[in-house]
Amino acid sequence: MVTLNNITKTYNKGALKAVDNVSFTVEKGELFGLIGPDGAGKSSIFRMLTTLLLPDGGTATVDGHDIVKDYKQIRSSVGYMPGRFSLYQDLSIEENLHFFATVFNTTVEENYHLIEDIYVQIAPFKKRRAGKLSGGMKQKLALCCALIHKPTVLFLDEPTTGVDPVSRKEFWEMLKRLKQQGITILVSTPYMDEASLCDRIALMQNGRVLSIDTPQGIIAGYPSSLYAVKATDMPRLIHVLPTYEPPFNSYIFGEYIHIDMRVMDDQPPIENLTHFLTNAGFEDIEVVSITPTIEDCFIKMLTK
Amino acid sequence: MKQFITFVKKEFYHVLRDRRTLLILFGMPVAQILIFGFALTNEVKNAKIVVVDHAKDEASRHITERIAASQYFDIQEGLMDRDRMEAAFKEGQIKLAIVFPRNFRNDLLHQNHAQIQVVADASDPNNATTLTNYVSSIIQDYQMGLNENATLPYQIVPQIRMLYNPQLKGAPNFVPGVMALVLMLVSVMMTAISIVKEKETGTMEILLVSPFKPVWVILSKAVPYLFLSLINVLSILLMSVFVLQLPVMGSWLLLFAESTLFIITCLTLGIFISIKTQSQQVAMLISLMGMLLPTMMFSGFMFPIENMPVPLQIISNIVPAKWFYIIVKSIMIKGVGFEGIWKETLILCGITLFFFVVSLRSFKIRLE
Repeated sequence: MVTLNNITKTYNKGALKAVDNVSFTVEKGELFGLIGPDGAGKSSIFRMLTTLLLPDGGTATVDGHDIVKDYKQIRSSVGYMPGRFSLYQDLSIEENLHFFATVFNTTVEENYHLIEDIYVQIAPFKKRRAGKLSGGMKQKLALCCALIHKPTVLFLDEPTTGVDPVSRKEFWEMLKRLKQQGITILVSTPYMDEASLCDRIALMQNGRVLSIDTPQGIIAGYPSSLYAVKATDMPRLIHVLPTYEPPFNSYIFGEYIHIDMRVMDDQPPIENLTHFLTNAGFEDIEVVSITPTIEDCFIKMLTK
Repeated sequence: MKQFITFVKKEFYHVLRDRRTLLILFGMPVAQILIFGFALTNEVKNAKIVVVDHAKDEASRHITERIAASQYFDIQEGLMDRDRMEAAFKEGQIKLAIVFPRNFRNDLLHQNHAQIQVVADASDPNNATTLTNYVSSIIQDYQMGLNENATLPYQIVPQIRMLYNPQLKGAPNFVPGVMALVLMLVSVMMTAISIVKEKETGTMEILLVSPFKPVWVILSKAVPYLFLSLINVLSILLMSVFVLQLPVMGSWLLLFAESTLFIITCLTLGIFISIKTQSQQVAMLISLMGMLLPTMMFSGFMFPIENMPVPLQIISNIVPAKWFYIIVKSIMIKGVGFEGIWKETLILCGITLFFFVVSLRSFKIRLE
């Protein structure tokens, strides 16, 4: 449905490489996630696929149309929700929706079934101006507007950034329902915890794709073992852990410190670590073996 | 077509919901007409004067009554002798004094010749000249009235008539100027800002990723401002006719047609600015500095172009407002028909076409 072949994008006359030789394919009906921090090149990829920017190298197609030559066909068939809220703040919910429906040559009634689930949540405020809505409601309205013409592919650029956790959860449930309607969805997010909600994800950093797989596949591919450590006096623990032999990588993760180490057969790591920390004078030591999250995988890829 | 209408409707919502801008849009022409019409004229109204009447007879009373009835003067009571009069002049309490000599009527009737002293505060020479002119015309008027019933003329009265502007009104020159200024401001600046706003808020991004042609986005932005500007033209003309008592000598239809042409010129300029700029501030600055300033300086409305050095005279030719100013002045004040202004009309059409083509060519269908 969406194919990228060695897509490259530079800014400032080549001085800044935003997207570096990226290739991937998104299947029809898939919920595909671009995961990465700010500046990873996610928005640039979205803008190239929605024909707003021209790539400096490589080719890409959306629904079989070339993003350079057939930009007109792409523009009338895809739905796009930019990173920041881009609806008319001085128009009401209703007016925004009708406006975008008309611009796309359709009516709200014709595709109401697509947005019904989402729209009923904001319908009680339909006379309210978009500028006066909360972050979550704005995103729901923006999604309605991007969906109203029954797009074949939906591009959502960081739809949950700046939205409260409850609304974020709701938003992902909506995406799942849309997927069931057969709409291909490309979504980008800087939140690693949202990655596991996608069918497949591409982890991105500095314009490059680090890995593309299902979330489970990426976790299964974690090359070493991961442990979570907790004890009294965590600030001192951070400084003591790097003195362990053989050295390993450790980082704070919530209330734990995650330790990534290669396990040798003759060294039971949990016992060794507990012993090491007891000697160092820590109490209430807790060391457990854990399954890595996508974030752990991402950190692992960055430190490689 | 339905898309276009919806788009225009949306633009009207934008304009009508922005109360502050709306107030400026419609308040500005009214305020400018009132300011130029009443505050900044060389006409003098309600000037404080005194009448020192040593004659106290029928003739002096008649003349005083006529002066009192005129809207130009406001006769101050209680200042009757010369010393107090001089003090009042020094303190600026009065601008003019009229002194009737003793035996004024007797002199006039029996010697057929009488004198009135008119003393004016000439520290403001323009004011003084205007005021003395008013007074002498009132006196002459009275003399004419006397002569009608007399067998022997009392004095030969010179006949004075001023063409176009008998009362030396300031209005005829500034109404076309204000029109050019207001239309420039509304059409150029507002259009430029409203298009750049779509870029700034990111809505342009969504509009580009839609089947709606980008050129139509631009055109539908221009429609509401065409309407608003026409309303402004109407309100300026109505004010000039009913408040300033300045009639339109030529055809209203022609005046509106030419105004529409000038508005379209301004809209294409605004569109051009919006295409070349990325932020509302820049668009506003360029509109103000690049459009309004030349309009004030080079349209001939504030400074006569004939008095400028030749290079500036040449520059003035590319200022659209100059041509519009000539057109409106010709229609409104001289009552000229299309045959007298076709050249200026053609020049405006040329400027419009130029910016329209340049805008279309430089319009970007992508973000870069």
